[in-house]
Amino acid sequence: MNFEFDDDQHLIRDQARSFLGEHCSSSVVREVLEGDALYAEQLWNKVCEMGWTATVIPEEYGGLGLSYLELVVIAEEMGRACAPLPFGSSVYLATEAIMAAGSESQKKKWLPLLAEGKAIGTLAYAEGPGETDAASLSTTVSKDTLTGKKCAVANGNIASLICVLAASDSGEGASLYLVDTSDSGVTAETIRTLDPSLNYADVHFADASCELLGEIGQGRDLLNALLDRAAVLYAWEQLGGAETCLEMAKNYAVQRYAFGRPIGSFQAIKHKLAEMYVKNTLARSNAYFGAWALNSDAEELPLAAATARVGSCQAYYYASKENIQTHGGMGYTWEFDCQFFYRRSKALAVLIGSERQWQEKLISASDPVAV
Amino acid sequence: MDFEDSKAEAAFRLEARTWLENNIPDDNDLSGLSNLQRAKFWQAKKAAARWACIRWPEAYGGRDATAIEHVIWQQEEAKLDLPNTSSFFGIGQGMAGPTLMAWANEEDKARFLPDLASGETVWCQLFSEPAGGSDLAALRTKAVKDGDDWIVNGQKIWTSGAHYSDWGILVLRTDPTVAKHKGLTYFYVDMKSEGIDIKPIKQISGASDFNEVYFTNVRIPDSQRLGDVGQGWHVALTTLMNERASIGAGSGGADFKSLKRLAQQVNIDGKPAIEDSAVRAKLASWYVEEAGLKYTSYRTLSALSKGELPGPENSIGKLVGARKTQDMSSFAIDLLEQQGVQWDAELDAEYNGLFQLSYMGIPGLRIAGGTDEIMANIIAERVLELPQEPRMDKGIPFSEVPTGS
Repeated sequence: MNFEFDDDQHLIRDQARSFLGEHCSSSVVREVLEGDALYAEQLWNKVCEMGWTATVIPEEYGGLGLSYLELVVIAEEMGRACAPLPFGSSVYLATEAIMAAGSESQKKKWLPLLAEGKAIGTLAYAEGPGETDAASLSTTVSKDTLTGKKCAVANGNIASLICVLAASDSGEGASLYLVDTSDSGVTAETIRTLDPSLNYADVHFADASCELLGEIGQGRDLLNALLDRAAVLYAWEQLGGAETCLEMAKNYAVQRYAFGRPIGSFQAIKHKLAEMYVKNTLARSNAYFGAWALNSDAEELPLAAATARVGSCQAYYYASKENIQTHGGMGYTWEFDCQFFYRRSKALAVLIGSERQWQEKLISASDPVAV
Repeated sequence: MDFEDSKAEAAFRLEARTWLENNIPDDNDLSGLSNLQRAKFWQAKKAAARWACIRWPEAYGGRDATAIEHVIWQQEEAKLDLPNTSSFFGIGQGMAGPTLMAWANEEDKARFLPDLASGETVWCQLFSEPAGGSDLAALRTKAVKDGDDWIVNGQKIWTSGAHYSDWGILVLRTDPTVAKHKGLTYFYVDMKSEGIDIKPIKQISGASDFNEVYFTNVRIPDSQRLGDVGQGWHVALTTLMNERASIGAGSGGADFKSLKRLAQQVNIDGKPAIEDSAVRAKLASWYVEEAGLKYTSYRTLSALSKGELPGPENSIGKLVGARKTQDMSSFAIDLLEQQGVQWDAELDAEYNGLFQLSYMGIPGLRIAGGTDEIMANIIAERVLELPQEPRMDKGIPFSEVPTGS
């Protein structure tokens, strides 16, 4: 049994943690949260120099050709630091979409740019409140131009490349399309959100040039396969955030005195933090299995991804809300950092489908199943 | 990252499997035997070939196996339909054995450990008392020195297997005038001693897995003391560390597989319950816990496989497993609606009363070997290093500790 990361992967984790500790302190997060910047651009440039955006991209396309086991340890550290970066949408969504479905020329054009961080990518499928129905999209394609509006697109106002789910012109169902946002038919409008440390935008397409990504009419299946892969990567990022919450709550519970003793000596607090530890531990073990399934292209990936995703959604939500609770009134102040993680946990929880959707996928994927 | 055996592990697995397949008891061996006799038969056969207590030193009946080899052996044993030995020998081999190994003199180790390994003698553990459960060190059963003996009076409770055990390990109060933890001493006792009276406890499930054990002027020779007088708590920690390792999540109760099957068979609104989104959401969350525990155990195995000590993550097993099984069995009974109240294993060909049995059995597992609350305290204090709760009984003689009675 070797269900563990190897020494090199542990080393990458350590390097990522100390790098982000130095360059992504809470003041960097706060600057984006409070200011007008769409993301921490300086930090992004450094992250790209480190090659993190190039991790799993094959060397022939300018990447490092490393495995997903290297990428998940970086994802965890991104979550731990609550990094105000377009890392997830660019690396877990756009890069994955092109690697999975892109033509040779699309790969040659975009992957080196994504690897270097010169291009930032994202995925756009939602068109309004509630679940997106791939069978009745109002974003449509006609003669290689795309028209419609996509809502709450992650990093929609930063991205130079958007993978869009749209109805094909020949009535063959939904397909995925690549849109270069330098096209004059694309306008993005930043929206106000629960988590201003990330950029979200509504993106309008008016006869914007587009290229088919993958087979026509396969958009729904491609999207689902893509989301399975992204779910594992986001699960690691969510886990990282949940671990920071536990650490913050623990440190505060030891320092803060009430009734003449540290509040961490009260069982009400102990049991709350023990529950955080339990949820995080289960989420981590499920994220391990997800990482293995993703890395080995296992047939268990849909089940493993849904399990990791649901576990991390639940762990991050619990840890982020109970971290505020453990901090008492101060935890509710703007001045304290507890808010970062409470915001981020919900933003990530709905980014690629809510916990409920993934519970649904989990049960669908569980037949037949051997636990 | 993979789930494969190393070369040495694969070789060991093959050796274990080959021996098991060639030596599995057949019906002739076991016919007419009680469960205890079956267990003794199988344990003796394993011991003769050095497949009993394999982690123990060879001198005491083991084969000096590594932790990962022990796990592989257990995995291979679990694949076969073998007499249940752990319910009879688990406490002796899992708790008494390691304690004797750490604290007994050489003569006693040579005398007791090989028989423990072979199942020749059965041991029980007498720690809990009516006044000392979660607060184990509050136990009151008294031992007073009389020449070379100690005279013991009091009552123990929750003793599994006391009625068929040959020996017992126990902690007694030898000095009530000093602080709680300091007045305890650890012994072993012949369960056939005069003055020991054993009464089974009937549980809410109807089963009787535990006993009350009364001590009336029972004589225990001082030579059966483990550790110094007053050192009993320290010795007991050796036993308890091994108890936590052995009481796992429990198996055989309601689980994802059985509950999902049920949800495919019963209807909600005229359609199979498995199609109901509320049912699916609940099932999914339980699956996440079940899978999480399974993959946590894989992480533990990986550490053992590398010869490392496992991290603290395994401490969550019983806490998560017990409450999950309780909630799942409760929900299964809900899905059965009015019929769910019926508990008659003979009439339930499909599930053999599984959900009702889990429902009535799990409250015990949430208490045994450390309650949920104690387990949460252990995680908070040992893993997260939160400070201990201030205690009312610290630094005062045990005899002056408030008792509420």
